[in-house]
Amino acid sequence: MARIVGIVTTRREEVGGGAPIFYAEDREGLQQVAHLLEKILDCAAHTINEDLFIIVERE
Amino acid sequence: MMLDWLHSHKELTAVAMGTAFGMLARIAMLRSDYRQYPAYPHGKIIHLALGLIAGALGAVAVPALFNKDYTAITFLSLAAQQFREVRNMERNTLSAIDDLELVPRGAAYIEGIAVVFEGRNYLAIVTALLTSLFAQWIVWWAGLIAGVLSLVISHLFMRGKRISHIARVEMAPIKLDGPNLYVGDIYMMNVGLDENREIIREQGMGFILTPRSDDARVTIANLGQRQAILHDVSTRLGVYRDDGDPGLLPIAKLGLRTGQLGLLVLPREKDADKAYEAVSGVPLLEAAVRKPTKANRKSLEEAESNG
Repeated sequence: MARIVGIVTTRREEVGGGAPIFYAEDREGLQQVAHLLEKILDCAAHTINEDLFIIVERE
Repeated sequence: MMLDWLHSHKELTAVAMGTAFGMLARIAMLRSDYRQYPAYPHGKIIHLALGLIAGALGAVAVPALFNKDYTAITFLSLAAQQFREVRNMERNTLSAIDDLELVPRGAAYIEGIAVVFEGRNYLAIVTALLTSLFAQWIVWWAGLIAGVLSLVISHLFMRGKRISHIARVEMAPIKLDGPNLYVGDIYMMNVGLDENREIIREQGMGFILTPRSDDARVTIANLGQRQAILHDVSTRLGVYRDDGDPGLLPIAKLGLRTGQLGLLVLPREKDADKAYEAVSGVPLLEAAVRKPTKANRKSLEEAESNG
């Protein structure tokens, strides 16, 4: 099963829970952080909506 | 004079011809193509050597049996043992290197290749056996004819079916609707990063495989068969990805409603014709082929005949 290893968002108040949350100022910053996390963690970044990305690890 | 010698040394002729034809059969079936396997030269030498052994084993069995030395048949079981080992060897090697492929072959494909390697040795043995049998039993040129015939037959045997036999392959446009990626109407995946979407839009190619029958529907739905398609296409056209780019993975998804298979590939060489050839030419895996319609028809007939 896939596992959420990180959450990147511009709307701090909309997210919570067990995974590390990364906050970005704007959508451009969001893309940048998600890009970095994708490369560093070797995990895929997926868009839930334009202000919320999840980084997902697959087996 | 040469012919007289052949007639007078019947056993030797039979063994030599059998061995030669067995070896020849193995050489004819040993091909390195785009799969680059077995690799040249060492991988090939292993199989040629085993082919020679197979040929020799098949060939000596016949004169031994003619001399009422029936225990010679145990030789053949020894050969079978040996060739099962070949299958293990192939499986182990390919599984070991599969982790290092950008697009892995998958267990089903590896199993298929391993079985083929074992099967080819048996065909070499049968070729040798038949050649030797006819050379010993009738005359040397009968062995020659039998050998050539079995070469042809084993060639036909080894020609497996391809994707194009069971499915219609069509190119389909790639659609990006926000993060959602579609090939034709089939939903493929969610692509998060703008950067990846751009690459997929530029480099990606989409195919839709429509099954030709209900049996084919089951076959192309098989995960092993799908992985084999992705691997083969990526081998033939290159793949636009690197380790650590899970967002750029060639994938195959089933359109659940239609049973069609959507294929997203990211070739280095974006050539529509070559890509089409590559997809159509993927071998069907023995592990993936099912015939549910035949079984269902039979059980239906049985139920009817039983009232």
